[in-house]
This record gives sequence, structure tokens and C-alpha cells, in this order.
Amino acid sequence: MSARRLLGWDAAIIVVALLAVALSSVLVDGFGTTRNAGYLVLDLLPIALLALPMTFVVITGEIDLSVASTLGLTSAVLGALWDAGLPIETIMPLCVLLGALLGAVNGLFVTVFTLPSLAVTIGTMALFRGLAFVVLGDSAVADYPASFTGWVTGSSGGVPNVLLPLALLAIAFTVVLHATPVGRAVYAAGAGQEAARFSGVRVDRLKFWLYVTSGAVAGLAGVLWTLRYSSARADNGAGLELAVVAAVLLGGVSIFGGKGAMPGVLAGVLLLGTLQSALRLSDVTNEALTIVTGGLLVVSVLLPNLLRAATRRRAGPASARPGAPTTTP
Amino acid sequence: MSPTPTARVRTAALVAALLVGLTACGGTTKGDGDPGAASGGPTASADPDAPLREGVKMAFLPKQLNNPYSDIEGEGGKEGVEELKGEFKLVGPNDASASSQVSYINTLIQQQQDVIGIAANDQNAVCPSLKQAREAGIKVVSFDSDAAKDCRDVFVNQATAQGIGEKLVEMASQLAGGSGEIAVLSATPNATNQNAWIAVVETELAKPQNSGLKLVKTVYGNDDDQKSFQEAQGLLQAHPDLEVIVAPTTVGIAAAARYVGSSSYKGKVAVTGLGTPNQMREHVKNGTVERFALWDPADIGYLAAHAGVALASGRITGAQGEEFTAGRLGDYTIGADGEVVLGPPTVFDAANIDQFDF
Amino acid sequence: MTTTQEPLSPNDSWWSSITRARELGIVVGLVALVAVTASANPRFLSAQSLRDVLLGASILTVLAVGQTVVVITRNIDLSVGSVLGLSAFAVGSLVRDHPGTPVAAALLAGAGIGVACGLLNAVLVRYGGVPALVVTLGTLYAYRGLVHTWAGGGQITADELPRGFLAFADGGVLGVPWLVVVALVVTTAATVLLRDFRLGRELYAMGSSPRAAQLAGIRTGRNTLIAFAASGALAGLGGVLHAVRFGTVDAAAGTGFELTVVAAAVVGGVAVFGGSGTAWGAALGALLLTTIGSALPVLEIDQFWQQTIVGALILVAIGLDRLVALRAARALRKGGSRVR
Repeated sequence: MSARRLLGWDAAIIVVALLAVALSSVLVDGFGTTRNAGYLVLDLLPIALLALPMTFVVITGEIDLSVASTLGLTSAVLGALWDAGLPIETIMPLCVLLGALLGAVNGLFVTVFTLPSLAVTIGTMALFRGLAFVVLGDSAVADYPASFTGWVTGSSGGVPNVLLPLALLAIAFTVVLHATPVGRAVYAAGAGQEAARFSGVRVDRLKFWLYVTSGAVAGLAGVLWTLRYSSARADNGAGLELAVVAAVLLGGVSIFGGKGAMPGVLAGVLLLGTLQSALRLSDVTNEALTIVTGGLLVVSVLLPNLLRAATRRRAGPASARPGAPTTTP
Repeated sequence: MSPTPTARVRTAALVAALLVGLTACGGTTKGDGDPGAASGGPTASADPDAPLREGVKMAFLPKQLNNPYSDIEGEGGKEGVEELKGEFKLVGPNDASASSQVSYINTLIQQQQDVIGIAANDQNAVCPSLKQAREAGIKVVSFDSDAAKDCRDVFVNQATAQGIGEKLVEMASQLAGGSGEIAVLSATPNATNQNAWIAVVETELAKPQNSGLKLVKTVYGNDDDQKSFQEAQGLLQAHPDLEVIVAPTTVGIAAAARYVGSSSYKGKVAVTGLGTPNQMREHVKNGTVERFALWDPADIGYLAAHAGVALASGRITGAQGEEFTAGRLGDYTIGADGEVVLGPPTVFDAANIDQFDF
Repeated sequence: MTTTQEPLSPNDSWWSSITRARELGIVVGLVALVAVTASANPRFLSAQSLRDVLLGASILTVLAVGQTVVVITRNIDLSVGSVLGLSAFAVGSLVRDHPGTPVAAALLAGAGIGVACGLLNAVLVRYGGVPALVVTLGTLYAYRGLVHTWAGGGQITADELPRGFLAFADGGVLGVPWLVVVALVVTTAATVLLRDFRLGRELYAMGSSPRAAQLAGIRTGRNTLIAFAASGALAGLGGVLHAVRFGTVDAAAGTGFELTVVAAAVVGGVAVFGGSGTAWGAALGALLLTTIGSALPVLEIDQFWQQTIVGALILVAIGLDRLVALRAARALRKGGSRVR
């Protein structure tokens, strides 16, 4: 990642996100209050969490569409175990571990069997969601201890409690991506598999552990989701994977891999959340929200391309690789 | 040099085992009865003679927006709120999921509404947000599908679960000629109201006078037309001797009637349940459906609106025995657990269906 | 456009044997599934039951064939579910307001809406340089939002639609329902196009190696437009069939369907890498998925297993493809021109 790039799209998206926050605070009644900030954080929590490892995965040129189903399955298992009488303190780490295992399944298919991640994770997306329904059927499990559910939805001194784990994870992921050999290996793997291999990066092992991480974080998101809504259901988080991918791409990560930065992604998440919250407060319908989400996604990828095309004649992007369907321009 | 994957897996397993070991003793389990926040219920005393407030901001949050039944409820709510010179608002998700309703409740809190009327998709998931709404001074009226009792002030019930369950069994029994296999095609698996009715249906079927009827399966169409259609199809494939499909949801009954009416089962398998006259007119006239029941959904919204304004004005608090007047519907008394019952359902058949238009 | 009858290269012969093996595998699986289900409950083979399965499979087949054309070029079209919804609602409204509309016109209108949606996808992919996955993920949201905006809470119910339109679902030719006829025609046409026409060959070439295809002078831009327009048209056509079959259309029609469509194509042997797969394979994949869905309730298996099975099938399918491709490559390296 070059400094010039950081000053390019990432800077732009950060500015746009902050502008959106500022404008919404001024123009939209009820936006920008402490209460609103609390809800904003809670609403963004799952997307922000899942976007962290997803950024790594996409930079290596792969994708993980199964994260929302992993969230759903861990939520269902949490409910089933709680029903079975296990203590919640035991269930929570077990759920994160389960997420990691599910991630390992993805990693195994992608790295050991060398299958395209798009197809694999579409498959596991259906598989894990199906298993969630098998585990919990159509019931919902509630009655979690109020001390836990209250902590997730509560705040101390105006700062939402869940902001702490989210901030810690965000800082950790950002540091790893931008200031460690692991991060450099991620970019190298995304820039070119063969070249990365020759320069000593164990691409397959790296990807395997990225999927495990992605799964573990999705497991954690499943726990937090369940406690936030005090309801374990098999359909929890359905459709979330699209929002996560949208946020990551909006944040300037290239679907071809090799490009992207964590600050941009976090700004992308913030921008999506701000727009949704502000539009909803202004009584804009849900329909408009979906159109805005879809439009933003396309524009965020289209705009840099058009800008590049305007500044210089393009020779064409690097040849496609599996997992990133493309055509030659 | 990093450790080998196997070594890492071993480390991970060890850490996990330690975590589990550390937390397995002295954890919080299901039966611990970790007391929640202060439970709901009436918070102040009612003043039956308080003047009715004007300009009450009441928002209706149905299960989902793109559902004809919800739309009719909303129209009734609008009529009631505007009659009382309040500000009506209708918001809601496009899918009947619990989490999407929560975002809307939070938005309504921030918009400082006076009353929220809600048909809950999941009685527990909406609870924390509704509690926050009540802490912010917003009155909560659940209608049609209840939220947990301690997170709302009043529940407007279309009919008692007992009454609806009995009516469903009665209709099924008549259509099956007193004996045979019946199946239920419900809405979402967690729908509070449907599940309560199905529970009553099951207890009714256990009674000796209904010993001939056998409930072979309950399936869920999630109030999605296509899924309900396919579930009806699956029911008849799996249970060739089925006599009656009972669908206690307007989406399900229409889909089941359409499948049966367009298949070779027409005339052999009866469809009954709860539906609106407009969507069922066709099926009643062509003989697919003999009879079904419902109340007027607009009346539910209308009654919820009146209850909401009465709450906001301090005329009622949701305590048992309080009375209020609901415009054209007359006087109502609040029963146990803050429940207001609209009235008995109407049975529609070929003879009377043309008298109704909703 | 002219038919080119090139002699089959050795490459083609081993490739066709592989695809044939895949299709044979699905057929064997189908037969086994039907046999087991029928032995558990003979009514599974009743005329009504078979009709239901075929009607259900028809809509999925039409969309899966469209998806195949796009995936062969190493693209993907995730917007098909939303296009189906848009077309179903638009055509439903059209027929409701103009009851005299012939069914053929309704089918054309649906396909036309789909072409418009498909072309927008293609323009963004081709001229915007945006990957298809991103574009169609975006338009999945945008088209769905459009339907919701238009439909609001409205619903088109069966009693609002003219008899003649709905009768299309019941009628047929020689006992074969019209929906099935449409699916068969679509599949056959796509098969011929992909196998016997220059355009089809070019689509495969684009998917096998985009750079090489461009260097070989293939008009990749035009072909991308055609592929997405075809997928859109078939999704639009599927929307009309949906309206006919279910009689009720609301804004949510076809939500989440894209996953099933991609699954059907993948299970049918269409590789996500592009460059391989057949329309018949996709149709068989669609039939298999629909049959599984119908067989579960008959076998008294919880409906919840369906998604699990679909997911597992996708993984098995791509795993098998990979295995076959590796063995084929090995065989080629050994100098053999055939896989035995």
C-alpha cells in the first residue's frame, strides 16, 4: 500500500464519512445525540466487527460470504446450549471457538483443496444457515441473564459498553495490517500469489488462518447479536454478508486484492451506518435505504476507476484470478 | 519461525480448554433467575376524567410493511389517531425479522413519539428497546401480536386466544365431518399470536369430543406467499389422507387455497383458517373454501389508537379494571395483564362474504 | 451469425466426456432420490406431485440457464432475484390494468425489463471496469429497492389477474405444462447457442482466459453485453412465470433466489472460474435442487435440512470439478489425450 493511495480514496472516504456525520447532526433532528450515538454503535457493531477480518480476506484476493451464516449458527448454538443449562460464561468462549472451527472449514476448502473462495463460501453460507435451523429449528431462545444483556445494550458515562471490545479489535486489526510482517504478507499475497510464494510468504497458511480469524470474529458477533436482542434465532443476521462486503468495498478495498486500508474500511462502515440512521430518522423509507446501499457500492468502485481513466489511459487491470470474477475491459 | 499448524491447533485447544475450565465453575445458568430490570406494569394512577390530549404523536410499527393485513391495520390506526386529532405515523421493516423492528423502535424513541403501537415479530427481541422507550416516557401499545408483558402498557388482542383456537377447531371439525387428519399452516415460527392459537387448538383436540380429529403436522410459511404455497404442496404430498388445512394467517390461507384450488385436491381437501374477505372471495365462490374467520383488522388499529391516546392522556395506565371509550367501537375494559379484547371473530362463508369489503 | 462445425479437437473430447459424466452423475442422483422417496411414499410419483416438481423447477431452470451464460464468461450475476421481482411486479401490474394482454406479450414485456436491467449491469462491468460481483451485488439492492418503492405494501392477488393469464400455469401442450415447455425451449436454445455458434465458443474462450480471448480478437465487450442481457432477459421471463405460477406478487418476490440460482448452476457443473459448463447441466442442477425440496416433506425430514443439503451439494460439486480437472491435467501431461 503506497502513501499516495492512502491520500487518495481512503482519505476521500474518511472525509465523506465525517461530512455525512456533521451534516446529519446539523440537519437531522435527533441525530448526534448521546442516545443516537449509542444506537448507531449498536447497529454498526456486527457490520464493523465482520468487516475487520473481511478486509484481510479481500485484500488477499479472496472473499468470505459465509460470515452472516456463521453468526446465525453460533447464535443458534448459544441458544441451544443455554437451554441445555450450561453457564453463559462457558458458552461464550465455546461460541467463538465454534466460529473459528467454521472458519477453518472454509480455510480448508480454499487452501487445501484449492477451490474458489466465492463458490466455497456461497456453499458454506447455505450449509451453516441450514445447520442453524437444524440446531434451533424455528424456536427462539430468550431469558438470558440481564447482567449480560444489559451490559451489551448499556453504556457507562455516555459511552456504549460494546465500543470497548470493538475499538480494541479495530486497533489490533489495523496495527496488524499496517505495521507487521503479517500485514505485509497479506498485501503481497493479494498482489500476486506466485511472487508472494517466491518471496517466502506461505500464502496458503496465511489464508487458512485468515478464514479462521474471520470465523472466530463472526462467532463473537453471534454472541453479541444474541445478547443484544436477547433472542437466539436461526435467522439472526440473515443478509448481513452483503452489507459487510458493501462496507469493505466502499472503504476502498479492491475486490481484486492487493489494495485497501483499514481506516478507509472503518470510514465506510461509519458512512453506511450514518446514512441509514439519518435517513431513518428523517422518515425515509426502507426502500430508499436499499437503493442507497446498492448505489453507493457501485459508485464507490466506479468512481476511482473513472478518475483513473480520466487521468491516464489505462492498460487494463491485472488478469483476473478465481474468486474475483471480472472481465477484461 | 512460526510454529507448525498442528502446534498452533494444540495451543488453541489448550487455551480453549483452560477458558472452559476456568468458567465452568460458578457460571450463570438458565435457572439462576438473574433478576431483570424493574418489571413493567402500571407506573402511575389513572385519572378517568383527564382531558384527552390533542396532537398526540403515535407511530404504528406492524410486523412488516408489505403485507395487506398490516396495511389494513395501519389504516384503522390512522383513522383512530386522526379522529382524536393526533399525528399518525406508519413505519416498519420489509421483512418480518425481529432485529429490523428494533432499529425502528430506537428511531421512534429518538423522534420522541408519545405512543408506539407495535405488532411484535419476536416478543423478547423487541423488549429491551421497548423498555428504553418507556423509560423515555413513551407509552407502548402492542396490538395483534404481543410483546413480553413487562415491556408494554396495554395489549390490544383481536380476540382471546381461547376464542380463536376454539373457532379454528370448530370449523375444522365441521369441514372434516367430525373425524380425519388436519394440518396447520402457520406464519413465522415465533409469531406470538399464532403459537398461542395453535396451543389452544392442540388442547381442544385433546378433548374427547374431538378424538376423531388428528393434527398430523404444523408447518410454517413465514407469511411469505411463495413459501406458504410450497408448504401447502408439501403437506399434501406427505399426508395423502389430509382432510383440512388450517391456516391461522391471512397469507397462509390464501396461498393454501390457491394451491388446492389449482390442483387435483380441489373438493377433496378443505382449507380454512383466518383470512380477509377480499383475498378469499374468489376461493369461496369457486368452492375451494367453504368458510373461514377473521375480525376486521382495521378495528384492531383503531382500538390501538384509542388506547394509545387514552394512555398518553393519563386516562388509563394499563391496570386491570380501567375503562375507556374507543369511538365507534364503544366502551372497553382492561382485563388481566393489561389486555383489551376486541371481540369475537366473524365467520365468513358464501352467504355473507359479499357484505364485507376489507 | 453462422454455424461453425469445427472438427472436435482432442481437448473437446475429454472435456465433453467430463461434462457428460457430471450430467450422468446428477441423473443417477435424481433417479436414486426419486426411487427412495417413491418407495417411502408412492404418491410422490403421482401426476399432481410430478407436476408440482416440474413447475417449481421450470422457473429455477430458466434463471439458472441465464446464470450459466454469465458464469461461463467468468462473471456472475447476483441481481437475478431482484430482476425476477421487478419483472413479476411490473408484468403483474400491466396484466391487471390491461386484462386483454396476451400471455406472449406479457412474457416479452418481462424479458424486456430483464434485458434493460442486464444491460445496465453489463455497462457498469464493461465500461466502468467494476467487477461483476460488485456490480450485481449493488444492483441486487438497487433493483429490489425499486420494486419496494413501486409496490409499497401493495400486493397483486390472484383475483385481480385475468383468468386467461393464470390459465397459462394450468394449460399446456400434450399434457406438458406451458411453464415446462418454456424451460425446455430456453435450455435447448442456450445449449445450441453455446455449443454450435461462434458466439458460444467465444463466451467459453473469454472465461477460460480473458487476456487470450482479447488478444485473439474476440469482441469481449459486445459479448459481455450479450451475456448479461441474456441473464437479465431470462430472469425477467422467470418473473412472468413466477406471477403465473403463484398468482400473488408482492415486493418481496424472488428475494434470496439468487443464491439458489447460483447453486443450481454450480451443482450442474458450471465452474465459477468460467470457461466450462452447459445449459443442460444447469437445468439438471435446478431439477435436482427442486426435487430435494419436494422430497424432504414426503420423507418426513425437517424442511430445515434443505438449505444444509444445498450447501453441502455445492461443496461436493466444486470439489468434484476440481478433482476431475486435476486428473485431466495430469492425463494431458502424460501425453494422453483422453481421460479413461
